[in-house]
Amino acid sequence: MADERRVPIVSDDDMVTARAEGRALAAHLGFSRTDATLVATAISEIARNIVVHAHDGEIVLTPVYGDSRYGLVVVARDRGPGIPDVEAAMQDGYGSSNGLGLGLPGARRLMDELHVESEVGRGTTVTMKKWRDRDELERLRERRSDSR
Amino acid sequence: MSVPILKQGDYLIASIQSALTDSEVLKLRDDLADRVGNFRSRGIVIDVTAVDVIDSFVARSLQTIASTAKLRGAETVLVGIQPDVAVAMVQFELSLDPLLTALDLEEGIAALRRSTGGVDEDGR
Ligand SMILES: Nc1ncnc2c1ncn2[C@@H]1O[C@H](COP(=O)(O)OP(=O)(O)OP(=O)(O)O)[C@@H](O)[C@H]1O
Ligand SMILES: [Mg+2]
Repeated sequence: MADERRVPIVSDDDMVTARAEGRALAAHLGFSRTDATLVATAISEIARNIVVHAHDGEIVLTPVYGDSRYGLVVVARDRGPGIPDVEAAMQDGYGSSNGLGLGLPGARRLMDELHVESEVGRGTTVTMKKWRDRDELERLRERRSDSR
Repeated sequence: MSVPILKQGDYLIASIQSALTDSEVLKLRDDLADRVGNFRSRGIVIDVTAVDVIDSFVARSLQTIASTAKLRGAETVLVGIQPDVAVAMVQFELSLDPLLTALDLEEGIAALRRSTGGVDEDGR
């Protein structure tokens, strides 16, 4: 079973690495190609926010193996300037500097869950989750192979 | 990796070969702006078949390419958006206006011919 993966985010090359790692973990967890692309696209936005707004940070990808569902958890952490008004930042069009403010609200629409924790002067942590329901057949097959 | 840009008659064809970093996307934007002027091109086809993520930055850069080209009299058509990438763009609510889109290279060139009234190297 795959364990967590850590990707340091410093440059735009690292964004491509984080995307690829997210895609690989999604495939490992049995997500569809489309869901893997939704996850990779959300990772791309959040990783870019680290590079652009916080300079550097890291992305940690963790699998969750539940009985009824599998999950992919993305945690993006930085010690950058933080976000003064998180609720406003989650709205379309709240962009500072060059952005249009589409990244965070877009990532929220792509994932099942997105949560931002931020403290001005201390940094930002974005946690995103995507779930895949496991059907009865899949669980049955697993029990059979376990008992063998 | 930089994106090769081929000249075919009145048109430029840029085929992205792999996942691009943000700086490679910006380089493509600048290279296309230069070449549209140098070659007096009437249209640009950007082939994104190999692109696995179109996020807000890529979409915005593609829009800039199209708007810049339009100011210089050229249309831009995007071809080869993969089905999963299309779903992601819809769910993201990303728009590509004023880019034209078409299924593949052939359809893309046909779309350019219709919108620019141009002829390609075969004189069609
Ligand atoms: N990691 C971060 N550190 C500090 N501020 C952040 C971080 N992520 C987001 N922000 C703040 O939240 C705002 C909204 O982020 P969002 O990604 O939605 O838009 P953007 O990055 O400005 O533009 P876009 O993503 O469309 O290019 C940013 O403008 C920035 O002020
Ligand atoms: Mg952003």
